[in-house]
Amino acid sequence: MSIDWLNFTPLASLAGGAVIGISAGLLAARSGRILGVSGFVSGLFETDKEWTARLALIAGLILAPLLIGSFYALPSAVPDVGWTAVIAGGLLVGFGTRLASGCTSGHGVCGLSRLSLRSAVATGAFMASAVATVFVLRHIA
Amino acid sequence: MRPLFALFIGLLFGAGLCLSGMTSPAKVQGFLDISGAWDPSLAFVMAGAIGIGLVFFRLARHRLPAPSHRVDPALVTGSVVFGVGWGLVGYCPGPALTAIASLDPKALTFAAAMLAGTALQRWVASLRVPAGGIAPTASDETAAANACGA
Repeated sequence: MSIDWLNFTPLASLAGGAVIGISAGLLAARSGRILGVSGFVSGLFETDKEWTARLALIAGLILAPLLIGSFYALPSAVPDVGWTAVIAGGLLVGFGTRLASGCTSGHGVCGLSRLSLRSAVATGAFMASAVATVFVLRHIA
Repeated sequence: MRPLFALFIGLLFGAGLCLSGMTSPAKVQGFLDISGAWDPSLAFVMAGAIGIGLVFFRLARHRLPAPSHRVDPALVTGSVVFGVGWGLVGYCPGPALTAIASLDPKALTFAAAMLAGTALQRWVASLRVPAGGIAPTASDETAAANACGA
Protein backbone atom coordinates (compact mmCIF):
# COMPACT_ATOMS: atom_id res chain seq x y z
CA MET A 1 0.00 0.00 0.00
CA SER A 2 1.15 3.54 -0.78
CA ILE A 3 -0.55 6.87 -0.09
CA ASP A 4 -1.74 8.87 -3.08
CA TRP A 5 -0.46 12.23 -1.74
CA LEU A 6 -1.30 14.07 -4.98
CA ASN A 7 -5.05 13.54 -4.61
CA PHE A 8 -5.18 13.49 -0.78
CA THR A 9 -7.45 16.33 0.50
CA PRO A 10 -7.73 15.91 4.28
CA LEU A 11 -8.92 19.44 5.13
CA ALA A 12 -11.55 19.81 2.37
CA SER A 13 -12.80 16.29 3.09
CA LEU A 14 -13.00 16.90 6.83
CA ALA A 15 -14.84 20.21 6.25
CA GLY A 16 -17.19 18.66 3.68
CA GLY A 17 -17.85 15.79 6.07
CA ALA A 18 -18.69 18.29 8.83
CA VAL A 19 -21.21 20.01 6.52
CA ILE A 20 -22.74 16.59 5.79
CA GLY A 21 -22.97 15.94 9.55
CA ILE A 22 -24.60 19.34 10.14
CA SER A 23 -27.22 18.77 7.42
CA ALA A 24 -28.12 15.31 8.74
CA GLY A 25 -28.14 16.60 12.31
CA LEU A 26 -30.38 19.57 11.47
CA LEU A 27 -32.91 17.33 9.70
CA ALA A 28 -32.97 15.01 12.72
CA ALA A 29 -33.29 17.85 15.24
CA ARG A 30 -35.95 19.83 13.37
CA SER A 31 -37.93 17.16 11.52
CA GLY A 32 -37.12 13.94 13.37
CA ARG A 33 -36.03 12.28 10.12
CA ILE A 34 -32.97 10.22 9.23
CA LEU A 35 -31.13 11.69 6.25
CA GLY A 36 -30.82 8.50 4.23
CA VAL A 37 -30.58 9.26 0.52
CA SER A 38 -31.63 5.76 -0.61
CA GLY A 39 -34.67 6.02 1.68
CA PHE A 40 -35.63 9.38 0.19
CA VAL A 41 -35.28 7.95 -3.33
CA SER A 42 -37.41 4.94 -2.37
CA GLY A 43 -39.97 7.31 -0.85
CA LEU A 44 -40.61 8.74 -4.31
CA PHE A 45 -42.64 5.56 -4.89
CA GLU A 46 -44.88 6.35 -1.91
CA THR A 47 -47.64 8.91 -2.23
CA ASP A 48 -48.14 10.39 1.22
CA LYS A 49 -48.10 13.99 2.42
CA GLU A 50 -44.29 14.09 2.62
CA TRP A 51 -43.80 13.24 -1.06
CA THR A 52 -43.19 16.89 -2.02
CA ALA A 53 -40.67 17.36 0.78
CA ARG A 54 -38.75 14.24 -0.30
CA LEU A 55 -38.67 15.50 -3.87
CA ALA A 56 -37.50 18.92 -2.62
CA LEU A 57 -34.59 17.35 -0.71
CA ILE A 58 -33.58 15.37 -3.79
CA ALA A 59 -33.87 18.53 -5.92
CA GLY A 60 -31.55 20.29 -3.45
CA LEU A 61 -28.99 17.50 -3.86
CA ILE A 62 -29.15 17.76 -7.66
CA LEU A 63 -28.85 21.57 -7.61
CA ALA A 64 -26.02 21.72 -5.05
CA PRO A 65 -23.13 21.15 -7.50
CA LEU A 66 -24.45 23.94 -9.75
CA LEU A 67 -24.39 26.32 -6.76
CA ILE A 68 -21.01 25.19 -5.36
CA GLY A 69 -19.49 24.82 -8.83
CA SER A 70 -20.06 28.50 -9.53
CA PHE A 71 -17.32 29.51 -7.07
CA TYR A 72 -15.37 26.30 -6.42
CA ALA A 73 -13.69 24.10 -9.04
CA LEU A 74 -15.29 20.68 -8.77
CA PRO A 75 -13.69 17.46 -10.05
CA SER A 76 -15.48 15.50 -12.78
CA ALA A 77 -18.64 13.79 -11.56
CA VAL A 78 -18.59 11.37 -14.51
CA PRO A 79 -17.44 7.77 -13.90
CA ASP A 80 -14.66 6.41 -16.08
CA VAL A 81 -16.28 3.00 -16.61
CA GLY A 82 -18.16 1.21 -19.39
CA TRP A 83 -21.90 1.15 -20.00
CA THR A 84 -22.36 -2.38 -18.62
CA ALA A 85 -20.81 -1.31 -15.31
CA VAL A 86 -22.95 1.85 -15.21
CA ILE A 87 -26.21 -0.09 -15.66
CA ALA A 88 -25.26 -3.04 -13.44
CA GLY A 89 -23.86 -0.68 -10.77
CA GLY A 90 -27.04 1.41 -10.68
CA LEU A 91 -29.25 -1.68 -10.34
CA LEU A 92 -27.04 -3.15 -7.58
CA VAL A 93 -26.91 0.14 -5.63
CA GLY A 94 -30.68 0.64 -5.90
CA PHE A 95 -31.58 -2.95 -4.99
CA GLY A 96 -28.92 -3.43 -2.31
CA THR A 97 -29.55 -0.19 -0.41
CA ARG A 98 -33.29 -0.98 -0.21
CA LEU A 99 -32.69 -4.56 0.93
CA ALA A 100 -30.35 -3.18 3.61
CA SER A 101 -32.70 -0.28 4.42
CA GLY A 102 -29.92 2.27 4.05
CA CYS A 103 -26.71 3.36 2.39
CA THR A 104 -23.62 5.48 3.09
CA SER A 105 -25.75 8.32 4.50
CA GLY A 106 -28.46 6.45 6.43
CA HIS A 107 -26.20 3.72 7.88
CA GLY A 108 -22.71 5.20 7.38
CA VAL A 109 -23.33 8.72 8.70
CA CYS A 110 -26.60 8.76 10.66
CA GLY A 111 -26.54 5.19 11.99
CA LEU A 112 -22.92 5.31 13.13
CA SER A 113 -23.56 8.74 14.72
CA ARG A 114 -26.38 7.07 16.67
CA LEU A 115 -24.09 4.18 17.68
CA SER A 116 -26.39 1.61 16.04
CA LEU A 117 -24.94 -1.91 15.86
CA ARG A 118 -27.17 -2.58 12.82
CA SER A 119 -25.64 0.35 10.93
CA ALA A 120 -22.11 -0.61 12.00
CA VAL A 121 -22.61 -4.09 10.51
CA ALA A 122 -24.10 -2.59 7.31
CA THR A 123 -21.23 -0.10 6.96
CA GLY A 124 -18.62 -2.80 7.52
CA ALA A 125 -20.31 -5.03 4.93
CA PHE A 126 -20.63 -2.46 2.13
CA MET A 127 -17.13 -1.06 2.75
CA ALA A 128 -15.65 -4.56 2.59
CA SER A 129 -17.51 -5.55 -0.58
CA ALA A 130 -16.70 -2.22 -2.28
CA VAL A 131 -12.99 -2.59 -1.46
CA ALA A 132 -13.09 -6.20 -2.70
CA THR A 133 -14.83 -5.13 -5.92
CA VAL A 134 -12.24 -2.43 -6.70
CA PHE A 135 -9.46 -4.89 -5.86
CA VAL A 136 -10.82 -7.42 -8.36
CA LEU A 137 -11.36 -4.72 -11.02
CA ARG A 138 -7.93 -3.12 -10.73
CA HIS A 139 -5.59 -5.89 -9.64
CA ILE A 140 -7.08 -9.18 -10.85
CA ALA A 141 -9.46 -8.70 -13.78
CA MET B 1 -40.69 18.13 7.15
CA ARG B 2 -41.55 21.20 5.11
CA PRO B 3 -40.57 21.25 1.42
CA LEU B 4 -38.56 24.49 1.69
CA PHE B 5 -36.61 23.17 4.69
CA ALA B 6 -36.08 19.85 2.88
CA LEU B 7 -34.74 21.74 -0.15
CA PHE B 8 -32.32 23.64 2.11
CA ILE B 9 -31.14 20.38 3.74
CA GLY B 10 -30.65 18.82 0.29
CA LEU B 11 -28.57 21.81 -0.84
CA LEU B 12 -26.49 21.76 2.36
CA PHE B 13 -25.94 18.00 2.19
CA GLY B 14 -25.05 18.27 -1.51
CA ALA B 15 -22.65 21.14 -0.77
CA GLY B 16 -20.96 18.93 1.82
CA LEU B 17 -20.64 16.11 -0.71
CA CYS B 18 -19.11 18.55 -3.25
CA LEU B 19 -16.56 20.01 -0.79
CA SER B 20 -15.62 16.58 0.56
CA GLY B 21 -14.72 15.06 -2.82
CA MET B 22 -17.41 12.36 -2.60
CA THR B 23 -19.00 13.59 -5.85
CA SER B 24 -15.96 12.37 -7.80
CA PRO B 25 -16.28 8.65 -8.67
CA ALA B 26 -12.53 8.56 -9.42
CA LYS B 27 -11.75 9.83 -5.91
CA VAL B 28 -14.15 7.34 -4.33
CA GLN B 29 -12.53 4.45 -6.21
CA GLY B 30 -9.12 5.84 -5.20
CA PHE B 31 -10.24 5.50 -1.57
CA LEU B 32 -11.57 1.98 -2.07
CA ASP B 33 -8.34 0.86 -3.79
CA ILE B 34 -6.40 0.24 -0.60
CA SER B 35 -3.76 -1.96 -2.22
CA GLY B 36 -2.96 0.54 -4.99
CA ALA B 37 -2.13 4.25 -4.62
CA TRP B 38 -4.52 4.87 -1.72
CA ASP B 39 -6.30 8.21 -1.23
CA PRO B 40 -7.48 8.17 2.41
CA SER B 41 -9.54 11.39 2.02
CA LEU B 42 -12.93 9.73 2.40
CA ALA B 43 -12.02 8.46 5.86
CA PHE B 44 -11.77 12.16 6.76
CA VAL B 45 -15.27 12.73 5.32
CA MET B 46 -16.61 10.00 7.60
CA ALA B 47 -14.68 11.41 10.57
CA GLY B 48 -16.01 14.93 9.97
CA ALA B 49 -19.60 13.77 9.44
CA ILE B 50 -19.70 11.37 12.39
CA GLY B 51 -17.82 13.78 14.68
CA ILE B 52 -20.52 16.40 14.15
CA GLY B 53 -23.26 13.76 13.90
CA LEU B 54 -22.49 12.29 17.33
CA VAL B 55 -23.21 15.69 18.93
CA PHE B 56 -26.31 16.52 16.86
CA PHE B 57 -27.92 13.08 17.14
CA ARG B 58 -27.30 13.03 20.89
CA LEU B 59 -29.05 16.41 21.21
CA ALA B 60 -31.86 15.25 18.89
CA ARG B 61 -32.29 11.79 20.44
CA HIS B 62 -35.79 12.59 21.80
CA ARG B 63 -36.90 13.44 18.22
CA LEU B 64 -36.14 9.95 16.87
CA PRO B 65 -37.05 6.39 17.87
CA ALA B 66 -34.20 4.48 19.54
CA PRO B 67 -31.74 3.13 16.95
CA SER B 68 -32.15 -0.50 15.93
CA HIS B 69 -29.41 -2.98 16.74
CA ARG B 70 -31.01 -5.89 14.90
CA VAL B 71 -28.79 -7.68 12.42
CA ASP B 72 -30.54 -9.90 9.87
CA PRO B 73 -29.57 -11.61 6.59
CA ALA B 74 -31.27 -8.91 4.47
CA LEU B 75 -29.12 -6.20 6.09
CA VAL B 76 -25.87 -8.01 5.32
CA THR B 77 -26.87 -9.28 1.85
CA GLY B 78 -28.22 -5.88 0.82
CA SER B 79 -25.11 -4.08 2.05
CA VAL B 80 -22.79 -6.49 0.21
CA VAL B 81 -24.82 -6.05 -3.01
CA PHE B 82 -24.74 -2.25 -2.58
CA GLY B 83 -20.96 -2.31 -2.02
CA VAL B 84 -20.36 -4.20 -5.28
CA GLY B 85 -22.29 -1.52 -7.22
CA TRP B 86 -20.53 1.27 -5.31
CA GLY B 87 -17.08 -0.17 -6.07
CA LEU B 88 -17.95 -0.89 -9.69
CA VAL B 89 -18.81 2.74 -10.53
CA GLY B 90 -17.87 4.93 -7.54
CA TYR B 91 -21.38 6.29 -6.94
CA CYS B 92 -23.35 5.77 -3.75
CA PRO B 93 -26.92 7.19 -3.79
CA GLY B 94 -26.08 10.80 -2.76
CA PRO B 95 -23.31 11.38 -5.33
CA ALA B 96 -25.43 9.54 -7.94
CA LEU B 97 -28.00 12.32 -7.49
CA THR B 98 -25.54 15.26 -7.44
CA ALA B 99 -24.05 13.84 -10.67
CA ILE B 100 -27.39 14.36 -12.43
CA ALA B 101 -26.48 18.08 -12.64
CA SER B 102 -23.69 17.17 -15.09
CA LEU B 103 -26.36 15.90 -17.54
CA ASP B 104 -23.78 13.32 -18.61
CA PRO B 105 -25.43 10.28 -20.27
CA LYS B 106 -23.63 7.82 -17.96
CA ALA B 107 -24.59 9.77 -14.83
CA LEU B 108 -28.23 9.94 -15.96
CA THR B 109 -28.25 6.24 -16.86
CA PHE B 110 -26.82 5.28 -13.46
CA ALA B 111 -29.50 7.32 -11.67
CA ALA B 112 -32.23 5.68 -13.79
CA ALA B 113 -30.82 2.20 -13.12
CA MET B 114 -30.63 2.99 -9.39
CA LEU B 115 -34.29 4.01 -9.44
CA ALA B 116 -35.13 0.77 -11.30
CA GLY B 117 -33.19 -1.31 -8.75
CA THR B 118 -35.05 0.45 -5.93
CA ALA B 119 -38.42 -0.25 -7.60
CA LEU B 120 -37.43 -3.88 -8.19
CA GLN B 121 -36.55 -4.45 -4.52
CA ARG B 122 -39.78 -2.75 -3.40
CA TRP B 123 -41.73 -5.04 -5.73
CA VAL B 124 -39.95 -8.19 -4.50
CA ALA B 125 -40.55 -7.13 -0.88
CA SER B 126 -44.23 -6.46 -1.60
CA LEU B 127 -44.66 -10.05 -2.82
CA ARG B 128 -43.53 -11.27 0.59
CA VAL B 129 -45.93 -9.07 2.59
CA PRO B 130 -49.54 -10.19 2.18
CA ALA B 131 -51.75 -7.18 1.47
CA GLY B 132 -54.77 -8.68 3.24
CA GLY B 133 -53.39 -8.19 6.76
CA ILE B 134 -52.60 -11.85 7.50
CA ALA B 135 -50.54 -12.30 10.67
CA PRO B 136 -46.89 -11.92 9.58
CA THR B 137 -44.40 -14.72 9.93
CA ALA B 138 -40.80 -14.00 10.89
CA SER B 139 -39.70 -13.54 7.27
CA ASP B 140 -42.65 -11.24 6.53
CA GLU B 141 -41.67 -9.10 9.48
CA THR B 142 -38.22 -8.65 7.97
CA ALA B 143 -39.72 -7.63 4.62
CA ALA B 144 -42.05 -5.14 6.28
CA ALA B 145 -39.18 -3.62 8.23
CA ASN B 146 -37.20 -3.26 5.01
CA ALA B 147 -40.07 -1.46 3.35
CA CYS B 148 -40.10 1.10 6.19
CA GLY B 149 -36.47 2.16 5.83
CA ALA B 150 -33.64 2.42 8.34
